[in-house]
Amino acid sequence: MAVPILKQGDVLIASIQSALTDVDLVMLRDALVEKVSAYRTRGVIVDVTALDVVDSFASRTLRDLAHMIRLRGAETVIVGIQPDVAFAMVQLGLTLENIATALDLEEGLAFLARANRRR
Amino acid sequence: MRSDAANPDVQVAIASSDDVVVARQKGRALALEIGFTASEATLIAAAISELARNIVRYAGAGEMLLRDDGNGMLLMVARDRGPGIPDVKAALRVGFSTSGGLGMGLPGVRRIADVFEIVSNGAGTTVTVGKYKR
Repeated sequence: MAVPILKQGDVLIASIQSALTDVDLVMLRDALVEKVSAYRTRGVIVDVTALDVVDSFASRTLRDLAHMIRLRGAETVIVGIQPDVAFAMVQLGLTLENIATALDLEEGLAFLARANRRR
Repeated sequence: MRSDAANPDVQVAIASSDDVVVARQKGRALALEIGFTASEATLIAAAISELARNIVRYAGAGEMLLRDDGNGMLLMVARDRGPGIPDVKAALRVGFSTSGGLGMGLPGVRRIADVFEIVSNGAGTTVTVGKYKR
């Protein structure tokens, strides 16, 4: 299932609507990295509120995505990790080290606005 | 009594990344149905996702069997007829992977499991994971 990617100002918002397969996750990563250049984006928000599970592959792909986008000169924020998903990630020893996270879309946008003011 | 995979409540054939999602969603539903909390059910779904992915990645195809043992334990059995795990000890080490992964999958599952068993040889691999309700 393709994830819709919306453009709002100089921010791209990927709003995950349902459970994603590994294939979907890799497609999302590649689509975002490509669109960051195409739209001259400063920030990317990945809203994972609807993601049922973040396992080792999902956490790795989210990390890769954020690092690739940083190399393209933009910041990424992962928003909407649900409490049960956070619990499972910690139990399984999974981390999103060096990746910005925020409670929800609103907080994510505020984070990117602050990050852009700093440069 | 410990049950085995002989009479599963849920059986999912695994051959693609779509099947991995189906298996974990069915696992979550079964866990909730037999009284696991939402947090535990999410953890179980994540564990099933890891086990089912390994089937697709290393064996190509296989099956996931899920069963309520009647004593508060959910049993998850991942079974394939793939080439087997050459070095099971290494496969359980954090950071070890033969597929370019991060080596976090199987060690994470073992960490959360109350029962954990791997039988692997040239005829295939069976991973059995049991998780008790708290």
